[in-house]
Amino acid sequence: MSFLNYLISGLSLGSIYALIALGYTMVYGIAKMLNFAHGDIIMVGGFTVFTAISSFQFSPAISIITGIIVCTVLGVVIEKVAYKPLRNASSLSVLITAIGVSYLLQNLALLIFGSSSQNFSSVVTMKPWQINKQLVISGETIVTIIVTTAIMIALTLFVNKSKPGKAMLAVSEDKGAAQLMGINVNKTISVTFAIGSALAAVAGILLCSLYPQINAYTGQMPGIKAFIAAVLGGIGSIPGAMIGGILLGIIENLSKAYISTQLADAISFAVLIIVLIIKPTGILGKKITEKV
Amino acid sequence: MALLSINDIHVYYGVIEAIKGISFEVNQGEIVTLIGANGAGKTTILHTITGLIPPKSGLIELEGVDLTKTPAHKIVSMGIAHVPEGRRVFQQLSVYDNLLLGAYTRRDKAGINNTLSKVYESFPRLKERRNQVAGTLSGGEQQMLAMGRALMSAPKIMLLDEPSMGLSPLLVAEIFDIIKKVNESGVTVLLVEQNAKMALEIASRAYVLETGRIVMSGDAKELSTNDQVKKAYLGG
Repeated sequence: MSFLNYLISGLSLGSIYALIALGYTMVYGIAKMLNFAHGDIIMVGGFTVFTAISSFQFSPAISIITGIIVCTVLGVVIEKVAYKPLRNASSLSVLITAIGVSYLLQNLALLIFGSSSQNFSSVVTMKPWQINKQLVISGETIVTIIVTTAIMIALTLFVNKSKPGKAMLAVSEDKGAAQLMGINVNKTISVTFAIGSALAAVAGILLCSLYPQINAYTGQMPGIKAFIAAVLGGIGSIPGAMIGGILLGIIENLSKAYISTQLADAISFAVLIIVLIIKPTGILGKKITEKV
Repeated sequence: MALLSINDIHVYYGVIEAIKGISFEVNQGEIVTLIGANGAGKTTILHTITGLIPPKSGLIELEGVDLTKTPAHKIVSMGIAHVPEGRRVFQQLSVYDNLLLGAYTRRDKAGINNTLSKVYESFPRLKERRNQVAGTLSGGEQQMLAMGRALMSAPKIMLLDEPSMGLSPLLVAEIFDIIKKVNESGVTVLLVEQNAKMALEIASRAYVLETGRIVMSGDAKELSTNDQVKKAYLGG
């Protein structure tokens, strides 16, 4: 395998991290909370598609749409039921609730699908791309890079150019002032959870296609990695999440290839620690001065 | 009938009563000012009117319509625009985007463009800097942006909270000039100020607040010659 090969597969893994990190960072920016159940939405997305294909014999396209819809609705419902009542509670209470929701989703999945891993049949039908003898890029990798790039461009345009996008930026900066403009903060938070969960569903489907196995804990590690990516890029920053995710994926893959497979995760965490020592707000994070 | 009438509102922060039964009204076309020392409750009253802090009891009416229980995000479309203390413009967004957010609840594109050109006319500096990020504006420019943003909703009444705060005397005079012009263009103004001298100069009527109560009220010119007011708020 060549360096280029590792780099490209790192890029595709990283763009999945970026998709998940976007959900973390947007929710943090708008609702000022860390939604630790976000990783488990990935798993729900994966299992929905798995069930749709294996039990209901849906076509891949219909299964993917079902997966995205289920996750979007789930994200909005979780926010309404678990987080909204805590809007004025301490951030610690919200954090503990989020961890509780995470365990709830994992245990529901254990109950329904059991503890052993299931084989996920990839939704990608594209053939591998053989560039030369050494360099073969799998269809999943190509699709992942194309899909995530398209989503990130669309999301950037949505947030910076559309009216609801600008309302989201306004709410993330100053909830009170946003309300004075007539922006419904609760609705904006719901939209944010919907978008974040839809992205997590896409990430889950791509991830399960790249690594074709799924169990109740499938979302856990990618969730944590994406959280690192979001912090690395500067939590609250949308371009930061994209950069952080892609960087982390590449670092992880290159460490696996050239240093050690076992140490790859440790290296990812070490990178986070080093970046935070040098720049505590992350790569693109802004220095926030608290106004009194 | 008054445009805005506040009837016996009581507001609490936890167990502390910040507003202890205040009533006042603002008539169509007036500039009314609330003056008082720091902590008298001036800002709290404005926040209560726009729904950011719900009152414990009392009645707030705009043209006879009760808006005491109306959520904050529905107030602006009823015709009340609030220029908050400290400007609170959206620092990361451009001047143009800030202004458009001011018209967030409006749907009439032509009307919005019309208001925008009027705002640019009143604040030529905002037009010059329309593509600049709001966080890079000076304090005075940010105040202008906050006022321009409020005017974008085409309000019946504009609530202004300490527009002179942190500005040089020259800029304060300019801002007050603009407030007068805004008023002359048909927007009623409720002005909260620590700079009582300037406020009493442009206002038609005034209310003096002390620790959550109105202690004096009347014609602004008369109040500015009142000995007690002079001693407490006008520096002798």
